[in-house]
Amino acid sequence: MTASLPFMQSMQEAAAQWRLPGSGLGWLHAARAEALQAFVARGLPDQRNELWKYTSLRVLAQKTYAAGDPQASSRAVDSARLPAPALHEPCAVFVNGAFSASLSRLDDLPQGVTVQSLAAALHEAPEPLRFLLDKHADDEDDGFTLLNRALTADGLILKIAPGVDVREPLHIVHVGVAAGAAAAFHLRSLVEVGEAARLRIVEHHVGEAQAGHLTNIVRDIGVHENAHLDWTIIQRAGADATLLRRSKVRLHDNAALDLHALELGGKLVRHEIRAELTGVRSRFESRGAFVLHGRQHADMEVLVTHRGRDSVSNAVWHGVADDRARGVVHGRILVQPGADGADGSFYNKNLLLSPDAEIDTRPALEIYADEVKANHGATVGQLDDNVLFYLRSRGIPLDVARHMLVHAFCSVALDGMEPAPLREHCAALLAEQLPEVSA
Amino acid sequence: MMLQIENLHARVAGKEILKGLSLEVKPGEVHAIMGPNGAGKSTLGNVLAGRSGYEVTQGSVMFDGSNLLEMDPEARAAAGLFLAFQYPVEIPGVNNTYFLRAALNAQRKTRGEAELDSVQFLKLVRERIKEMGMTPDLLNRAVNEGFSGGEKKRNEVFQMAVLEPRLAILDETDSGLDIDALKQVAAGVNALRSPERAFLVITHYQRLLDYIVPDFVHVLADGRIVESGDAQLARELEAHGYAWVRERTPAEAHA
Repeated sequence: MTASLPFMQSMQEAAAQWRLPGSGLGWLHAARAEALQAFVARGLPDQRNELWKYTSLRVLAQKTYAAGDPQASSRAVDSARLPAPALHEPCAVFVNGAFSASLSRLDDLPQGVTVQSLAAALHEAPEPLRFLLDKHADDEDDGFTLLNRALTADGLILKIAPGVDVREPLHIVHVGVAAGAAAAFHLRSLVEVGEAARLRIVEHHVGEAQAGHLTNIVRDIGVHENAHLDWTIIQRAGADATLLRRSKVRLHDNAALDLHALELGGKLVRHEIRAELTGVRSRFESRGAFVLHGRQHADMEVLVTHRGRDSVSNAVWHGVADDRARGVVHGRILVQPGADGADGSFYNKNLLLSPDAEIDTRPALEIYADEVKANHGATVGQLDDNVLFYLRSRGIPLDVARHMLVHAFCSVALDGMEPAPLREHCAALLAEQLPEVSA
Repeated sequence: MMLQIENLHARVAGKEILKGLSLEVKPGEVHAIMGPNGAGKSTLGNVLAGRSGYEVTQGSVMFDGSNLLEMDPEARAAAGLFLAFQYPVEIPGVNNTYFLRAALNAQRKTRGEAELDSVQFLKLVRERIKEMGMTPDLLNRAVNEGFSGGEKKRNEVFQMAVLEPRLAILDETDSGLDIDALKQVAAGVNALRSPERAFLVITHYQRLLDYIVPDFVHVLADGRIVESGDAQLARELEAHGYAWVRERTPAEAHA
C-alpha cells in the first residue's frame, strides 16, 4: 500500500481540510498529526496481517471518500428506517457519523447514567478524554485505528455509575443516508459500566441502499467489578456500506459481558472484538450469526485473552453465505500466564448455500497457563439433503424448507437474548433477510 | 384403485434394486411388505415418497389417477402420501409444533383448503397427542432432537395422525423398538385405520404384524414381489424363513 492510492490520498485531503471538534487543543492536534503520519507510513492493512488475512482491501484502496458529511445534522431521516424497538426506549442516534440531538431520546435516563457525544464532550470538557485520544501508535494499531485517531469527529461517551441497574435497554443507532458523495466517518466511543452496575445496550446499524459510506468505529468498553453488560448488535447497514469496527472490552473481577450479534447488512463489514478477561472469574459469552448474499463480505474477528484466574469465555458463531458472498471467522483464545483455571471455548459452524460462496474459518488456541479448559471447533457445510427431504415429505415446499433450516441455523445468535420482544424483533429481521436466499 | 405400481424398476447409485415390482392397493387395505435385507423394501418406500438419488428406469406408479413419479415430494404429501421414516432425522432449532403446523398448512394450501390458525391447530395436536399416548412436552422440543429411538418412531406416527394421509407407508417402524413401544406404535396406527385410508407396512419381522394385522402380505425378494397371501403368509415366513420362499417360487423369482 502506498500513499498514492486514491483512498490514502482522500484521507490525507480530509485531514487537511476537515475542521475537527477540539482542533484548538494542542495535545489533540499533535496526537492527530502523529496518527496521520503513522497511517501514511503503515498504509491500509494488507493480507500479510494475520487479522486481515482473508479480507482484501484492494477495491477499497481505489475508492475515495469525502471528509464526513457537513450536512449530517440536517439530513432527513425517514422514521420508518429507525429500528422499531428504539422508538419508545432511550436512544442515541448518529446520522452519517454525527450525533443527532433531535433524533436521540436521552431525557429519561436514570440517575447515574451519563451519555454525551464525543463532539460535545470535546467542546465542554476535553481533558478527561485525553487518555482516550492522546495515544502513540503501537503494535495493536492498524491503518484504521490510526485513521480513526487522526480523524475522529464524534462518538459516544457513556458512563454508568457504580451500582446503577439500568433496566431499559439503551439503543445506539447508526443511520447512513445518501449524501451526494460517499463519505468516511470515524467514531471513537467509550463505555464504562461501573462496579456492580448493570446495562443493556442495543446497537443498530441501518442505512439507505445507495449510501456507500465508510464507517470506522473504535471503542473501548470497560465492565468493572461485579458489573454486567448485555450487548446486542443488530447490523442492517445499507447494501453499499462499508462498516469497520474495533471493540476493545476489558472485564474486571466477576464482570460479565453477554454479546449477541446479528450481522445482516452492508457490503464490506468487519468487527474485531478484543475481549480482555483481566479479572478473576470474569466472563464473556458471545452468540453471533451472519447471513450474506450477493457479493457481501463479512469478517468477524473474536479475539479473547484470558488474564484473570478462573475466567470464562464461550463463543458460538454461525455463518451463512449465498451467491458469491464471502465470510470470515477468526476465533482466537489466548490464555496468558497466571490465568490458571481459565475455561474458554469457541465454536463456529457455517453453511454455504451456493457453489460460489466461501467462508474461511480459523479457530486458534494459545495456552500459557495451568489447569486450563479450552475447546474449539469449526465446520463449513451445506444444508443436509436428508433433512430437506424429511421436511418436503411432510408437504413443506423446498424453498420454505430451506428457509426454515437456515433460520434455525442462525437462531443460535438469539439464544438467551433478552428481553423477549427484542428477540422476536431479531427473529423477524432474520426471517425477512432469508427469502433472498436462493431456492 | 388408490395405488397402482406396474413393473417398477429403480436404481440407486447405478445399481438396480427394484426389478419389475407390481402392486395394487385399494382404499381401506393394509398391505405388509416383507423380505430379507437388501430385497428393496426401503427403496420402494423412498421411491414412492420421491427421495432424490432413486432413479426409476422403467414402469409406472399411479396414485389416485395421477402419475406419482412426476410429482415433487411435497406434492406427493399434499396428495395424501406419507412416509414414516426408518431413520427420522433430527432438526435442531426447528420446533416440533411449528414444523407440523407449517407442514399441515402447506398441504392444505396446495389442496385449496383453508389453513388452520394457531388455536385450531393446537386443539388438533392436543387431541392427537393424547390418542397416541405421548407426552405434550414433545410438542415444544425441536423435531426429533435428543429423542430416543422409540420417541422418534412415535413422533412419526403422531405426525401421521395430524396430517391424516390417504396412504401411509411405514418403513421398518418396528425396528429398534422394545415390545411396549411397539404396541404403542401399533395402537396408534390401528386407531388411524379407516375405509378411506390405506397402509403399506414395510417390515423385516413378522412381530409387528401381530399387532397391525394386514389384509395382504407380500414377500419382496431381489427387487420384485415373489409371493403374496394373507396374514397367514407372514406366520409361515416366521416359521420357515425367507429361504423357504425362494425355494417355493424359483421359476417366478428368476423369470
